[in-house]
Amino acid sequence: MSLQLRARVPERGVELDLAVAGGQTLALIGPNGAGKSTVLSLVAGTLRPARGQVELDGQLLFGERSWTPPHHRRVTTLSQDPVLFPHLTARGNIMFPLRSQGVPRTRARTEAGRWLAELGLEDLADRRPAMLSGGQAQRVAIARALAADPRLLLLDEPMAALDIDVAVTLRGQLRRFLADRTAIIVTHDVLDALTLADHLAVLDEGRVIEQGPTRELLTRPRTAFTASFAGLNLVTGRWEAGAVVLSDGARLPAPGPHPPGQEVHAAFHPSAVQLARTGGIRRTVTALLPHGDLVRVRTADLAADLPPQDIAELRLEPGATVHLVVPREAVTTYEP
Amino acid sequence: MNTLPRWVLLPALLGGLFVLLPLAAMAARVQWSSFGALITSDASLSALRLSVQTSGSSALLCVAVGVPMSVLLARAEFRGLSLLRSLVLLPLVLPPVVGGIALLYTFGRQGLLGRQLEVLGLEIAFSTTAVVLAQTFVALPFLVISLEGALRTAGTRYEVAAASLGARPSRVLLRVTLPLVLPALLSGTVLAFARALGEFGATITFAGSLQGTTRTLPLEIYLQRESDPDAAVALSFLLMIVAVLVIAAARRRVST
Repeated sequence: MSLQLRARVPERGVELDLAVAGGQTLALIGPNGAGKSTVLSLVAGTLRPARGQVELDGQLLFGERSWTPPHHRRVTTLSQDPVLFPHLTARGNIMFPLRSQGVPRTRARTEAGRWLAELGLEDLADRRPAMLSGGQAQRVAIARALAADPRLLLLDEPMAALDIDVAVTLRGQLRRFLADRTAIIVTHDVLDALTLADHLAVLDEGRVIEQGPTRELLTRPRTAFTASFAGLNLVTGRWEAGAVVLSDGARLPAPGPHPPGQEVHAAFHPSAVQLARTGGIRRTVTALLPHGDLVRVRTADLAADLPPQDIAELRLEPGATVHLVVPREAVTTYEP
Repeated sequence: MNTLPRWVLLPALLGGLFVLLPLAAMAARVQWSSFGALITSDASLSALRLSVQTSGSSALLCVAVGVPMSVLLARAEFRGLSLLRSLVLLPLVLPPVVGGIALLYTFGRQGLLGRQLEVLGLEIAFSTTAVVLAQTFVALPFLVISLEGALRTAGTRYEVAAASLGARPSRVLLRVTLPLVLPALLSGTVLAFARALGEFGATITFAGSLQGTTRTLPLEIYLQRESDPDAAVALSFLLMIVAVLVIAAARRRVST
């Protein structure tokens, strides 16, 4: 069973169709203000626009004269703030959705116990949220959201507030739980998308500008946002005799073949980029940023990761002109 | 604390003295030899019993209607909400005598609802019910103001989360919203009880002063002041002790 989401909300500039296959996870990515969180709020029912309509799987969540209250939607949100009820213990929090669905107390208790064990939280069962660390609280929140057995789970940057090592553990657990559940995750983290999501949809200004299987989209990005999300450089040009010719005439030799004159995208990693004295792709340096043991040289649309000694030798600084060359085998080309 | 200028100590001390000195002065006038007899006289005991009963009833009544009012004021959105809030809090600034007169013209025999109530065989003015109504009228804003503030501070995020987990609105209210503001609910109830206990103006105007029926402790004290000042002082001291106990209880409840 797959979920079809159709949202038309003019006041928010939202107009999109998304499909999440049953048991699969869709990651929503996009620049700030693209409408990712708006989409989640619309589906969860925390946002009630004056006009428009949102359908989930053919069921009208809201429209001209109808409104399905959030508690009837079977859509549960997990955000970066666990929002555990402070007056209930960890177990009480997990029992809450079960009791809300009419599960008898003893059975809810047993079931909550199972979730606690599943997430390795047995020792914390009787603790109040105030006595839990951020990572523990988020795990209780995950158990609580899963106990609600939603038909669609919404994850709004669930790991954004956690320390990196805690996030790593949690991501692993989430991956296991999301395996057979239908979920939409909003994230800024490419690792979240790669580990958790089967499909990726890129939003911009309330519209889907690109979507497809995660790995395919991230290795062959078609928009500047997706390319930078994937950590890749993306240029577009025409295929001519074994190279991509950019609009300014620069030639980027690349593996093909493609029909002559065909518009092609070329993607390559910043660490593959080298500097030349002349030729290559001419760009103006806009910023120099530390990047591991390398320095990331940024231009308006491209990035190159270079050793610091090269930067010093060439006296690179913002405003300088650079000639970028990329080894042919480091470039991937594909047609739009 | 270190940035506090030293001179604030003087007015603060003066203010503290201003509150405590009269209480001490009154305590000093208590005739301890006859204290027991004075507060256990028939009139005193019946006034005390009536006061506790009516104040308890009005505190319960305040909870019964004040909780839904606070929830509406804190969560609902409609035009005229802020005006409504001001009106609901009016008894807080209204002289209690005025409240008594207003109640008389509502529930009294000649009042707005008086005739309809009379048809039903209900006569409210100058009865114990009138005492409870008068006390509720003046005490209700104390509960509402304390609870509404707490609800606003608590915010709606827990309620949103509860709904997202499938909880119906009633369940959200009873299992999430109210437990979260329980300390404020308790302290608001205690405040309402204390205000009801001290009620004088609205009670004497609307309910009169009939021993055993409407003469609460403050009314008894006022009456005794003329005929038996020692009894008045003894009862005042008793009322003060009750007030102190109430405040202590409220503080302990809130801090745990």
